[in-house]
Amino acid sequence: MLKLPLEGIRVMEITVVWAGPFACMMLGDLGAEVIRVESVQHFPSSTRGLMLKIPPSAMKPGSYYHRLYLDSEVGDRPWDRFAYFNRHARNKLSCCLDLTRPQGMGVFRRLAQVSDVFYENNAVGVMEKLGITYEALSQWNPKIIYLSNPGFGNTGRYKDYLGFGVNIEAVTGHTWLRGYNDQDHPMHNTAVYHMDAAGGAAGVFAVLTALHYRNRTGKGFYIDMAGAETAIPHFGEAVMDYVMNRRVQRTVGNRDMHGAAPCGCYRCRGGPDEWVCITITSDEEWRAFCQAIGSPAWASDERFAHVLGRLQHQGELDKLIEEWTSRHDKYEVMVILQQAGVPAGPVIGDKDAHRDPQLTSRHFFEVVNQRETGTHIYPGFLWRYSKTPMTVRRPPVCLGEHNELVFSEVLHMADDEKADLAAKQIIGGDAYLEYNR
Amino acid sequence: MAEQPLSDVKVLDLTWYIAGPWCTRLLADYGADVIKVERPGAADPARRLGPFLNDSPHPEKSGLFLHLNLNKRGITLNLKSQAGKKILKELVKDADILVESFRPGVMERLGLGYEALEKVNPKLVMTSISNFGQNGPYRDFKASELIINAMGHTMSSCGLPNREPVKRGANALQYQSGQMAAAATMGALMASRLQGIGQQVDVSIMETHAGSVDYRTQNLLGYIYTGQECPRVDPREAGVSIMPYGILPCKDGYVQWLMTTRTHWARLCQILGEDEAEMDRRFPDLYDMTRKGELEAMTANWCSTRTKWEVMQDAQASRLPATAVFTAADLVQDPHFQERQFFVEAEHRAAGKLKYTGAVFRIGGIPWEISRPAPLLGQHNAEVYGGLGYTAEDMVKLREMGVI
Repeated sequence: MLKLPLEGIRVMEITVVWAGPFACMMLGDLGAEVIRVESVQHFPSSTRGLMLKIPPSAMKPGSYYHRLYLDSEVGDRPWDRFAYFNRHARNKLSCCLDLTRPQGMGVFRRLAQVSDVFYENNAVGVMEKLGITYEALSQWNPKIIYLSNPGFGNTGRYKDYLGFGVNIEAVTGHTWLRGYNDQDHPMHNTAVYHMDAAGGAAGVFAVLTALHYRNRTGKGFYIDMAGAETAIPHFGEAVMDYVMNRRVQRTVGNRDMHGAAPCGCYRCRGGPDEWVCITITSDEEWRAFCQAIGSPAWASDERFAHVLGRLQHQGELDKLIEEWTSRHDKYEVMVILQQAGVPAGPVIGDKDAHRDPQLTSRHFFEVVNQRETGTHIYPGFLWRYSKTPMTVRRPPVCLGEHNELVFSEVLHMADDEKADLAAKQIIGGDAYLEYNR
Repeated sequence: MAEQPLSDVKVLDLTWYIAGPWCTRLLADYGADVIKVERPGAADPARRLGPFLNDSPHPEKSGLFLHLNLNKRGITLNLKSQAGKKILKELVKDADILVESFRPGVMERLGLGYEALEKVNPKLVMTSISNFGQNGPYRDFKASELIINAMGHTMSSCGLPNREPVKRGANALQYQSGQMAAAATMGALMASRLQGIGQQVDVSIMETHAGSVDYRTQNLLGYIYTGQECPRVDPREAGVSIMPYGILPCKDGYVQWLMTTRTHWARLCQILGEDEAEMDRRFPDLYDMTRKGELEAMTANWCSTRTKWEVMQDAQASRLPATAVFTAADLVQDPHFQERQFFVEAEHRAAGKLKYTGAVFRIGGIPWEISRPAPLLGQHNAEVYGGLGYTAEDMVKLREMGVI
């Protein structure tokens, strides 16, 4: 019987926001037993919610919160109903501990002693204040791999700087390289930040690399991973242009960095927000494109026949192309052009994605039942293995859902000890204490 | 050079452009022996892409190629020739991993698909990176960075309402897919080493983005939970309170601000040099958005007399999340990243001494260095083919017959 790659590996996570929980989700997907160490005494920022108590005024139709809580209702347990958290919470366990009290830290220590990986992405100082350092953990368990992923890293003059994803985005140079290229001020909606995805992937790669090395050496390791550094290399062109030529690259909007033209986003039929993207990278594709759209007169204009001409007259070409696309559905444009060998594809929105033929034929979405939210369709796996396929083994984890499993089965705690610690609220619980006060 | 975590791992890299080469650079960065396989003559098309040293196009001076292919050895091999296929299989015998990013079906047509290679090496991990995956109705579709943004569910929420959405910067999404492929590959390597099984890893660039944990999957699930899609919003109208939550201009550039809590309010008052009680009287409701412009003007005024570095330093000293909007120039010269030795220098035979981005993470106690610059075309033919037992005369013949 084939096993998942990380079967038998146990990961403890104290992670917040996105990059950390994302990496740990993928470690869970790979078969690890991932345990979120949470706490009913402490509501972490931007993780199971942006606010512990959401006032009715924040839940008005159209608001951010209204869009993200199941059925637009906070319910009795909002921390288990939040899309921002639930989409990365599969294949994990959750237990609750009070890490601020010595007995709670004692339980944490016992868990660290039987774990392979500890993963955290808190601001610098947070883990240290609790005494959860690599020095401590490696003394309890010399084989443990401790990965720390703050935004700026654990060394350097900015290490204590505060920064969310959007701040790190600015530091990596991405903010300067994105956005419309026809406006002076980079104040555009840059809703998707690069560091979270980059940090998630880098974190999994780092843990697996460390585990591989541990298999050879028998030792554990500390991994210092700065969020910014997991993303900066993705802007290599800009870095190298400055290094080699002292040139400062700026955004090119929706244009192609390497001169393919036309290249842009065009309106389609069917609604005010229907768009298709087309990139033409050769004379051959240009000829195929002209033919596919019915060889209109303007397509045989000499000026557009070669790459430099298309580049120079892009603005004019965009208008002509849009005249054609605006008479067609965006998926129709994709099919017509792709069949002719021309790169084209629709701008896929949230609703589109769930009906997309490619994603659905590959079973990208997974049907999952969670006790608080019921049965819904969730985004699935980011890659596939031919022999050790990943599955959703556990639904998005509820707060403290596995207290019993972790304390009894993983730590073999005796009943009387468990009862004593639970009575003192050092372990256990599944609702934030502050919520009903 | 100190032993690296992946020193015992051998990788055959058949990839071109960005996603595949970034995946294999990560493996090479941590010590794997990565052999980059290029076509004799035609080579990796990324050699044709800028930026070029001194804007002078040259296949050995592409900054993009140099950056992506650090730490790898390079050979030339014509996989369409029978001799080339035979040689590749010889290399596969001793390899742990093979990464390819051809259009789905190409490797099979060459007789080098997973089924064929598994027979040569049952423990081989074969990572196949493609635009949309190895199957499905879009399997043979072409893509570009822009189209990946569009179809990877990354673009619909970015940009302003009332005009077209706008993609992310540069070629970031292709790099990210490569980073994900490196993680996926290592997972399969674990299974290979621990269970003795090889397998194929199917990385769809589209899925590496559709499944990404940030606003993207949040929005996918939000739609399922509430039926509402995420619109594009003008950041000047968005934000959770009247406090600046976006980019403000300053003397020499821009700064990214993010303030959301009452604690931030107190600190903001302080750096603006205003009495908090007075400000509370002036702005009694932090959520009365009609007052947002006024507060933003006050903050912008404060920024306008300061450089972006002064703004960042002063704001951070008061524990406010503000960061300068860096350019690549700022980044390469930045003292924090210099202190962390993030940028490292290497000497390349054609391009000379250049700085590159370095370690994406550091494993404690193991110093990180560049082991070799990007390979010249076919630079390691002699040592790799010699290692297989081919003599110098063999290699001449193979070169003459267009095999290497």
